[in-house]
Amino acid sequence: METTRDNGGHNYMADFLITESISAGNGVVLLKMTPADSNMQLSEMNICPGQFVQVQTPDNATFLRRPISICYVDNSTNQLWLLVRDAGNGSRAIMHAPVNSVLNIILPLGNGFGMENCGSTPLLIGGGVGTAPLLMLGAKLKEKGIQPTFLIGARTRDAILLEEELKACGEICISTDDGSYGEQGVVTQNSVLSRQFTSIYCCGPLPMMKAVAKIAADKNIYCEVSLENVMGCGIGACLCCVEKTVDGNLCVCKDGPVFNINQLLWHN
Amino acid sequence: MAQLGVKIGNLKLSNPVLTASGTFGYGEEFSDFIDLNRLGGFIVKGTTLEPRQGNDYPRMVETPSGMLNAVGLQNKGVDYFIENIYPRLTKYSSEIIVNISGSSIDDYAAVASKLNALPRINAIEVNISCPNVKTGGMAFGTTTAGAVSVTKAVRDAFDKTVIVKLSPNVTDITEIARAVESEGADAVSLINTLMGMAIDVERQRPYLSTYTGGLSGAAVRPVAVRMVWQVHKAVKIPIVGLGGIMSGRDALEFILAGATAIEVGTANFINPRTTVEIVDYINDYCARHGVDDINQLIGII
Repeated sequence: METTRDNGGHNYMADFLITESISAGNGVVLLKMTPADSNMQLSEMNICPGQFVQVQTPDNATFLRRPISICYVDNSTNQLWLLVRDAGNGSRAIMHAPVNSVLNIILPLGNGFGMENCGSTPLLIGGGVGTAPLLMLGAKLKEKGIQPTFLIGARTRDAILLEEELKACGEICISTDDGSYGEQGVVTQNSVLSRQFTSIYCCGPLPMMKAVAKIAADKNIYCEVSLENVMGCGIGACLCCVEKTVDGNLCVCKDGPVFNINQLLWHN
Repeated sequence: MAQLGVKIGNLKLSNPVLTASGTFGYGEEFSDFIDLNRLGGFIVKGTTLEPRQGNDYPRMVETPSGMLNAVGLQNKGVDYFIENIYPRLTKYSSEIIVNISGSSIDDYAAVASKLNALPRINAIEVNISCPNVKTGGMAFGTTTAGAVSVTKAVRDAFDKTVIVKLSPNVTDITEIARAVESEGADAVSLINTLMGMAIDVERQRPYLSTYTGGLSGAAVRPVAVRMVWQVHKAVKIPIVGLGGIMSGRDALEFILAGATAIEVGTANFINPRTTVEIVDYINDYCARHGVDDINQLIGII
């Protein structure tokens, strides 16, 4: 079953100037950046929601680049948004990169979400920093005249990310572990799941995505998930980030990061 | 501009810059970033007789100035390469070198024989040094008897340039180099990855599914330079040097130590333009040092 897109687009390696660094609390920063070469237009890069970038860490904090989901592309200001969580030396160095500093980035990488299968009522489920790519996905769906519903999970109220931005695209439902905001519990316990949806798009911690995939499979709902296996190159050359699928080992960086749950062997 | 052409056996390269197998896919993955025709050649990923799924995830962990991998020769097999990949690669003017591997001597010979029929494949690199497969691979490259038997079989099956890729995981790499030279190898390439291991102390588990893996990246460079220098003193055939080359400066280290050509590996993951930047650097270096032919620099240490 071939449901993800062919990543046939051109890849670019470019320096990006950080224009804004906004603390989102809980060790998460929203970085907004623009190509250092002002002739370079993000709108011409054919960037799809769910694609990612490979960021060289400042001052060579790490040996390899770090993959980060594209949160949003603001064509009006030629800005790329990345939501960066402190997950180790690499992401920490990136999130602390100051305004006016430069990051070298390879983009856009991976396949992205398959919006053509979303139907009229897509549900976008995000957990923690995994909420990031759902903003661009929600915005694109809204552009197409489709109203997405977001279901966002986090430990506490403070850890809910991008709430205002998501609200601008569609309805938002929230689950927190401690019940400090929205419904108490994990996203798979949220009452919104009793409604009818035509599709589910999910990005978050692996246990959450597996639980969501099970619900989608049981209800026979079209479902895509975005994986974040440890990567080397990000362009399909090193074969380090493989996921076992019905088609054998596939690269999360090139054949993913978005997979239809029917491609994965999670429930075997 | 200095003359950058070099010869490896009968293989003529327009410049000494090659790519290391397993780090450059089939070349095409990098065509958005560089003009592949500017490379002396590119060495495509390890190819076996039958398709291989490779090892289980996780296969990679970053380590200080390097990385450990345990990919385990995932590839679609030599027939798939010949039917689907090779026709697309022939549009490039650079030399295309196929890295081959096998679980048995017969496997190596069979793959070599199939590739011998392809007019644009003027050389193969024989991997007797993969640390990430249970049978074959490094098992052949860590004894002179094993290295000799693979080299002999491949030599008989392949008429063009045979480069044997050596393992650094041996007591004396010069002994293996001399053994493959005596069996008719046209060149040796070194080093493959150094066997290593890393442990996640919080989870109290190894990072890799296979526990051990191959170490590459800048961390291994001094070991590789030393081995190239030693092998250069020990054999007459050309040496292709690799191991942690991240820049043009690093490439010159290998050439001065005795490498006729060099391979760029892990650096491709970090800066996909590394190879062409090295070509530019070598040109500039030769100009600065008044060198009119790169061959004058090989092994002068």
